[in-house]
Amino acid sequence: MVNLTINGLKVAVQDGSSILEAAKFLGFPIPTLCHNDGLHPYGACRLCVVEIGEGPRARMVSSCTHPVQEGMKVRTASSRVVKARKMVLELLLASCPQSKVIQDLASAHNIRQQRFKQEHEQCIMCGLCVRMCKEQMVAKAISFRGRGERRSIGTPFDAKSEVCRQCGGCIYVCPACQLRCTYSDPSKVICGGCANLTPPCVGKNESFDDMMCYMSPCVACEIKKD
Amino acid sequence: MDRLKNYSDFKALQDRLIADQAPNIPTIVISAGTCGQASGANELIRIAKRELLDNELSDRVRLRITGCHGFCEQEASVLVEPAGTFYPKVQQKDMPRVVCSVARGEVVEDLLYVDPASGRRLEKQSEIPFFKTQCRTILGRNEKVDPIRVFQYIENGGYASLGKVLERGDPQWVIEEIKASGLRGRGGAGFPTGLKWEYLARQQNGTWKYLICNADEGDPGAYMDRAVLEGNPHSVIEGMLIGAYATGAKEGVIYVRAEYPLAVKHCVIALRQARELGFLGENILGSRLSFNIRLVKGAGAFVCGEETALMRSCEGRVGEPRQRPPFPIERGIDGKPTAINNVETWANVPVILRQGARAFAKTGTEKSTGTKIFSLVGKVRNTGLVEVPMGMPIWEIVNTIGGGPIGKKKLKAVQTGGPSGGCIPARLFDLPIDYDSLADAGSIMGSGGMIVMDESTCMVDVARYFMNFLKDESCGKCFTCRKGTQRMFEILDDISKGLARMDHLDLLEELATTVRDTSMCGLGQTAPNPVLSTLKYFRDEYVKHIEDKKCPAGVCKSLITYSINDKCTGCNLCSKSCPVDAIAGDRKVRHVIEPGKCIKCGVCVTVCKLDAVEVR
Repeated sequence: MVNLTINGLKVAVQDGSSILEAAKFLGFPIPTLCHNDGLHPYGACRLCVVEIGEGPRARMVSSCTHPVQEGMKVRTASSRVVKARKMVLELLLASCPQSKVIQDLASAHNIRQQRFKQEHEQCIMCGLCVRMCKEQMVAKAISFRGRGERRSIGTPFDAKSEVCRQCGGCIYVCPACQLRCTYSDPSKVICGGCANLTPPCVGKNESFDDMMCYMSPCVACEIKKD
Repeated sequence: MDRLKNYSDFKALQDRLIADQAPNIPTIVISAGTCGQASGANELIRIAKRELLDNELSDRVRLRITGCHGFCEQEASVLVEPAGTFYPKVQQKDMPRVVCSVARGEVVEDLLYVDPASGRRLEKQSEIPFFKTQCRTILGRNEKVDPIRVFQYIENGGYASLGKVLERGDPQWVIEEIKASGLRGRGGAGFPTGLKWEYLARQQNGTWKYLICNADEGDPGAYMDRAVLEGNPHSVIEGMLIGAYATGAKEGVIYVRAEYPLAVKHCVIALRQARELGFLGENILGSRLSFNIRLVKGAGAFVCGEETALMRSCEGRVGEPRQRPPFPIERGIDGKPTAINNVETWANVPVILRQGARAFAKTGTEKSTGTKIFSLVGKVRNTGLVEVPMGMPIWEIVNTIGGGPIGKKKLKAVQTGGPSGGCIPARLFDLPIDYDSLADAGSIMGSGGMIVMDESTCMVDVARYFMNFLKDESCGKCFTCRKGTQRMFEILDDISKGLARMDHLDLLEELATTVRDTSMCGLGQTAPNPVLSTLKYFRDEYVKHIEDKKCPAGVCKSLITYSINDKCTGCNLCSKSCPVDAIAGDRKVRHVIEPGKCIKCGVCVTVCKLDAVEVR
């Protein structure tokens, strides 16, 4: 066990866990976009920043990738953290305004203005889909390409992937996706785009592995049931 | 070349080489680093060789082809040893005269360097102001050694430090020496090297450990590492061998960018020679030390200069940084403990062991010891590589060594540390150059780029330029660095076009602070430095751009207009050279620029001999 202080509370947590896991376990909410319990931490969205250290040595780190250390002092919602988090959300909202997840987070953090020029990007490059495809679906069909402003996600050379099983896992985990976001909870549906998505099992002659499908529940399953 | 089996073999070789030296035979030294070759050094070498053969001078005059000597402004330069005569900017037609004069023991007066201050011709290299105040412990060795001849390195005391270390047989002593010398990492952060090595030596995580030489030098306008690697690759190899002995590392990697073909070539040759002589491999010089070095070529990403990204790149993966901890010293390449040091740091190691730690620590300041190589570029007379003791004030580097500004314009600022560094205004030129005082001023030492700017440089444009560079070079992994640099560029671009409001300045500052605080790696954390430092010292320029819609330096195209004043004699020079025919006017009549047509390229300003074209 590792002893540390989170928001002034002395706690002991399991060795090897991240700050985010420890804080969540103790009930301190930390917003994230690129974290998923079943995937390796990546540290892309920078929403989960927390402040560690004291005085002039205090610095901010992403809590999802930073392991807990003995005697560490963590502040999950200091004014510096909140200010940075709001700026990150403002940037996110300016680039990717259609995402329901980002809209909700921005609203929860009381973002009432947007000072940057409006963009309409589809992707925030959180890498959840890439990790999902690699780690959970073991397909490695998609990955990051390019760097900086030309960074994008896709298959090699944009060719149709031979290893992609069209499981839909990438869409399922995507925080910015408007297709999949809320279909499983019809009361929250904002666009219903996913209803028009072709389910992966349609048109496949061989038996489709239901367990590997992340579209569930979808139209095709409903039809099958009948 | 026979493999040296033990220390006495090496000693015998060294003694033989020193005995064969004939220090009185004059030697023509031609500086042929990348900069020299670009200025025609290869032709000079060809001519010199032919002259020596044709006149049968081969046994009376020697020729040595070396790496860069540092005075890049005056390439292609020729140095004559042992007299120390320096010939700057030697033309091909003059080379035969130089060779003949060396054979006769004379000096070609009219080719000597002219001191711009006094107008006198200076014969010796050591008299030239550019070299006078430098302390060239690392760079000075470039003149003595042909980088592709290992025997010349050994003859000048090379590998003797390694021999000394192996003879003594105490790794802990080496670490203590490095710690006592106070050597700090020359790559920019300034972490004490001795401490790093001690951590690595103590690592218990497996038996395999790595050492890396970081030669991925990507800062615009900085090329210190290139000069060292091109001019003296064996000094880096020797430094790494000593490091391997001290820390117990088994394998070394030299990560050099592929854009440095000559450095790659010289490194490959040097590594092969070291292997053949038995300085690399199993049981080096009969000791227990076994160490190998491989060369990895970078694929052209600036971010790979960051240590965790560099290590991923070495592993053959995409160069993206990761969160530390775990630090490379615990988990580096393939999860093995790894220590990473800059080229210059490695080149300093043999020097320390040769001089002794105390002698080394005497140079420089208390907390920053030794010398540092800077690449002095921009609006100064003498551009080139300068090596000075730490703690030298900026004005001395810029004015004494650099020769002050070109033309009549006053100097405004110095940008240190490349894109991650900051701008230091002229009023702070008394600042001593060391790690801590630069950091206090809002800049960083960085790897040693030093760009001098005068009144014709617009600070908004400088910040915009660096942000443009960084938004391309950010790896894009973490959101604040990728989007933050793009947004900062967007705002700076708006300011330079006169489209911004005053509240954009606060937004820019707020955004810059967030990017600095929340980014994952060193690139993102230092990316806002150009913005923050220019905002701190040159806020008035930003305000002028926004409120008056004027660019005081006359750089930002959207905010300036060209006009012709009454100094114009109507010589037609400008109207002929205007690419868009925007200048109208008959001969001997004052010309007029049509603002609608003018594309603000500035050609008219450069061609006008009467200063008749004004930029407002």
